Order: sequence, then structure tokens, then C-alpha cells
Amino acid sequence: MNTAETPFEFVTVSYLTRIGNQSAGTLAELLTGLENCSDASIFHHTYQTLGSHHFLTEGFSNDFAQWVLSDTNRNDLAEQLAALDIRDYVSIAALRRDLCRVVSDFCAAFPHFAGQSALERFYFCESVEVTVPLGRKARTLDEFREGLAHLSHASFYFHFISSRLRLQLQTNDFSHWLADGLGLATLADSVNHVDIYTNTLDSSRAKLLRLIDRERRKT
Amino acid sequence: MSETLALARIPLDDYAELLGAGEIEELRALAKPLRGRTIEMINSTAIGGGVAEILNRLVPLAEELELNIKWNVMTGGEDFFDVTKSFHNALHGAPYHASPKDFEIFLAYNERNRGTLPLDAEFVVIHDPQPAALIEARKPGSNFWVWRCHIDLSHPNRAVWDFLEKFVSRYDGAMFSAPEFSRQLPIPQYLFYPAIDPLSEKNQELEPEFIAQVLARFRIDSQRPILTQISRFDRLKDPVGVIRAYRIVKRYFDCQLVLAGGSASDDPEGAIVLKEVLREADNDPDIRVIELPAWAPLEVNALQRASTIVIQKSLREGFGLTVSEALWKRKPVVASAVGGIPIQIIHKHTGLLAHSVEGTAYQIRFLLSHPEIAVKLGEHGHQHVKESFLITQKLKRYLTLFLTLARGS
Repeated sequence: MNTAETPFEFVTVSYLTRIGNQSAGTLAELLTGLENCSDASIFHHTYQTLGSHHFLTEGFSNDFAQWVLSDTNRNDLAEQLAALDIRDYVSIAALRRDLCRVVSDFCAAFPHFAGQSALERFYFCESVEVTVPLGRKARTLDEFREGLAHLSHASFYFHFISSRLRLQLQTNDFSHWLADGLGLATLADSVNHVDIYTNTLDSSRAKLLRLIDRERRKT
Repeated sequence: MSETLALARIPLDDYAELLGAGEIEELRALAKPLRGRTIEMINSTAIGGGVAEILNRLVPLAEELELNIKWNVMTGGEDFFDVTKSFHNALHGAPYHASPKDFEIFLAYNERNRGTLPLDAEFVVIHDPQPAALIEARKPGSNFWVWRCHIDLSHPNRAVWDFLEKFVSRYDGAMFSAPEFSRQLPIPQYLFYPAIDPLSEKNQELEPEFIAQVLARFRIDSQRPILTQISRFDRLKDPVGVIRAYRIVKRYFDCQLVLAGGSASDDPEGAIVLKEVLREADNDPDIRVIELPAWAPLEVNALQRASTIVIQKSLREGFGLTVSEALWKRKPVVASAVGGIPIQIIHKHTGLLAHSVEGTAYQIRFLLSHPEIAVKLGEHGHQHVKESFLITQKLKRYLTLFLTLARGS
């Protein structure tokens, strides 16, 4: 069995939600907020939402889409916002640009909807991140599987979802290490293709474990 | 004299079976850099009320993580608590004319407690307005002070808030239960949800025999759908509106309604509301109006677990932890979109929201017609509570806050 020179270090993350001073009561105000809020706020309402509502696999991919759907009743815009896939982005700036473009295009096409009051206001918040090592390392696929099987949701989310921003690559910590550390490029690629939008964190993890077990049987 | 409370041990590992060993390992990892560091929680009552209920569980769990945590209760006379009760209602938006004397009483008791409370821990957490002026005891740069506000400050009485804001602005941070409850302040504001304890008497698993006994005691038929609202008899909980919604549902389904809440015997307004409820019930044999003792966690637990659908048709609400309690028990919930309820009920995902008697009735009928959707909502609701509204998550938020403050310094 391959042994990695650099071990995989399992880390966990915890987020505090900081309440910002911006809020939106209309789609036009949402656009202003999107243009001006912090990167930590865009992260909170997109990436972090995917972690905190991981058990929902239908129609709940980010806070902006959910608010547009439930509080402004604009299903078409909500669908467009929900369709933005965070896996396509390696920077918050690019994600913000697309969020703004979608809302701006909608407001331009339907100006009479842009100023309509929502049922409830949208409050822009931010994520404050704290990471700590779990004190667990893996050098082999067996050790990696053992660590993966016992991770908390937050730790799994950190390595599998939010890692894309940290790595600035369209991959995740697990795939990165499997390819670079163990030389298992095919397994790494399969892991990276697990759909985080149509799976819960638990079912994503179960798929990863199945993929790893298949690889272990091969060796 | 102020009082330091000694609490019974609650083994953290007891939660591993419910939450997974990984979640407990994570709490230990977050707490490791904080081991031995001192924390002081201060509120104004040791028993009764949601804050005391939470601290009773949170403090022993923090001790399990080897934090040096103390819970101190400030003291005050009847005059102080009269003033702070008025402040509390005024901050919720009730009409109130504060007199200079009220502010003097508030300040005098805070000053007296500054002389008796230690207030020297590295992290001092002040709960609610009563002890807010203890911040005057802080020496510059000595320790971290945070203010946890459990009140909805979205429409506060201006005079009372202006008075309190002078103190709150001097803290290192403030925590609110919902973004809309917060204020424009010069300090960081954080979202801190209230929490339920899955192992407390109110939420622990119960034997089916016990649930059957409770149903039998209150003459509730377990074979027909049971709609339940658990809340005190208060107009803001709209029990009369619940009965009207039930009557609409009753045209289509042979169901029962349970309205259960704390006794109204020591609450004059509660007694009036109870009379209104009984009048509206009009001796309907399928409506059970149950006056529970002030602390009846096992009965509440059993009634929630026996329910087909749980209702929370409040007109105004703080956070509404009865919703989390029901969701934890995998119950489908139909609730009003007020206060902190929409944080717990994500419409069509973790429950159904309504805005009127008719809407409430419609959502109940929908769930009774589609039990498979009710099951799915209940399961998602359970996961939502597990992720965000359990005492262990609250502990995690505190650990994260302390780490953030310490690293920031």
C-alpha cells in the first residue's frame, strides 16, 4: 500500500455568524448589498449555507436564492441564483460578479419587480472562521478512510467544500491529497465528482467511503 | 450577596450516541486551546426562564471540556426586579415611561453587585439587560466582556434603549438570537441561537407506555390525529386562533386538538385568556385544554411525541423554542412566520409557515392528506435542530467566540 510523504492532517472548523449592518427589503436593495457586502458575507450566504443546511438536497443551495423564492416570490430569479454552482468558482470575487449579474439582469428586465417590498428583509451576515487541528493524521489509504469515517460534519465540510477557495483550485482537500500524496489520480477525480448539491454531507461521505473501499479492494 | 451555582455533572460522552463521536471530538479539539482559562457567566436568576434552563446544562458541559467556568447570579430587591421587568417589556416594544428613579434603582443594584461579584475571569458573559451595567467594573484591557441579549430589540422603547446602549457599546461584542433582533452598534454583533438539550427531561426519548399513560390521563385518543400547541395561555400565542383553525380542519378530518400550557393560576392575564379559550372551545369533546404545572417537562415531552402535527400559531414570538422541541422529535410543525420561527421553520423544507387562521388550517389539512410529506418535513426538521439548535452547538459557538476574542487580542 502507498504511503504518502506528507500526511493528510484532519482539521475542523467552526463559524461564528457576525450580523452585518446591511439589509435588503427589495431586489434592488439586494443588488446594492451584493455589490457592497464583504467577501465574508458572500461566503456566509453561499458556501456556509451549503454546510449548515447540508441535509436539504432540493432547491436550497444558497441564502440569496432562498430569500428571493420565499420572500419576494420570484421563482425565476431564485432558480437562476440557485443554479450558480460554487464548484465553478475559486474566488469570492468571481462568485460575487455572477450573483450581481444575475440580479442586475433581472432588475433591468423587470424593473417593476425590482422595487417591490419583500415579505421579510434579508440581513447580510458574515462568517468568522476558526480552525483547529483534530490531532489525527493519515499516511495511507486505510488511515485516511478511518479518519474520514469519523469526521464531524463541520470537518468534512471544511475539507470537501470550503477547501476549494483555500486551494484556489477546482478540487477539494481530499482529492488534492489522494492525487498528490498517494498518486491515486483516478480515485481523486471520482471523489471530486460527488455532487454536493444533490447529496447531503452524510451521503457524500458514504459515497467517498464506497469509492475508497473499491480502491482498497483493487490493491 | 451574589450566588455562585454548583451544578451536577453532565457527561459529554452521553451525547456521542445521538450526535456521533466526531462531533464530540470536535468540541474537545475546539476547547483544547481554552483549557483552564476562566469564564464567568452572569444572569439575574438561578431558576425559571430560558436563560437559567440553558446555563444549567451549558456550564456543566463546559466543565467537561476542562474550562474553568463559573455561573454567578446577581442579586436585587423587589424594586430592582420591578424596574427590570418593565425594562424587559419596554425593550420588547411595550409602552412605558421610565422615570429617573427607575434608572437610579437599576444603577444602584448594579453598583452593589460590582462589589460582590468577582468579574475577573478572562471571559465575562453578561446575560440580558439586568446586569448590563456591571461593565463599569471592567479595567481597561484586562479581560473580554460580551453581552448576550435574549430579547427582541427590533422595536425597543427609545428611552430605555438609549440608557442601556451606553453600557452595551462598551462590551467587546453582543449576541442576538436573530439578525432582526440586533441594533446598530459600534461593536461586533453575533448570531447566537437559543438551544434545547436533547438529553433533558423535556426532549429525551420516552417509553411508549409512559406516553400512553399521559394520553390516558388527559383523555386523548391515540387512534385519531392529534394537533397540539404547547404554550402558556397568552394572547400573543393566539390559542383562540388555533381553535378556529382546528374547526376548519375538523370539517375534513376527525381530529383532536390539545392546547397545553403552564398554569394560569398566578397570572391574572393568563386566567382571562384561559377563560376566552374555554369559551371558544365550547365544550367540544375533541378539544383538550390542559393546565400543566409550571415545570412539567415529561408531560410536555409526551404530548409532543404523541402529536400528529405540532402547531405554534403565535402572533409575536421571541425565538419559540417549542418549535425546536417539536422538530427534534421529528414532528411536522405548522407555525406562524414571526420572530425566530422562520429561522427554525424553513418553509416547505423543515415545516410549513402560515400567516392566518385559514392558512394554518390549510397547512394542517395538507399535512394530514400527505403523511409522507409530513414524515419528510419532520426528518429534515430533526436534522436542522441537530445542526443548529442543540446545546452542544451552543457550546461550540461559545468556544468559537472565546477563540475569536482571544486570537483577536
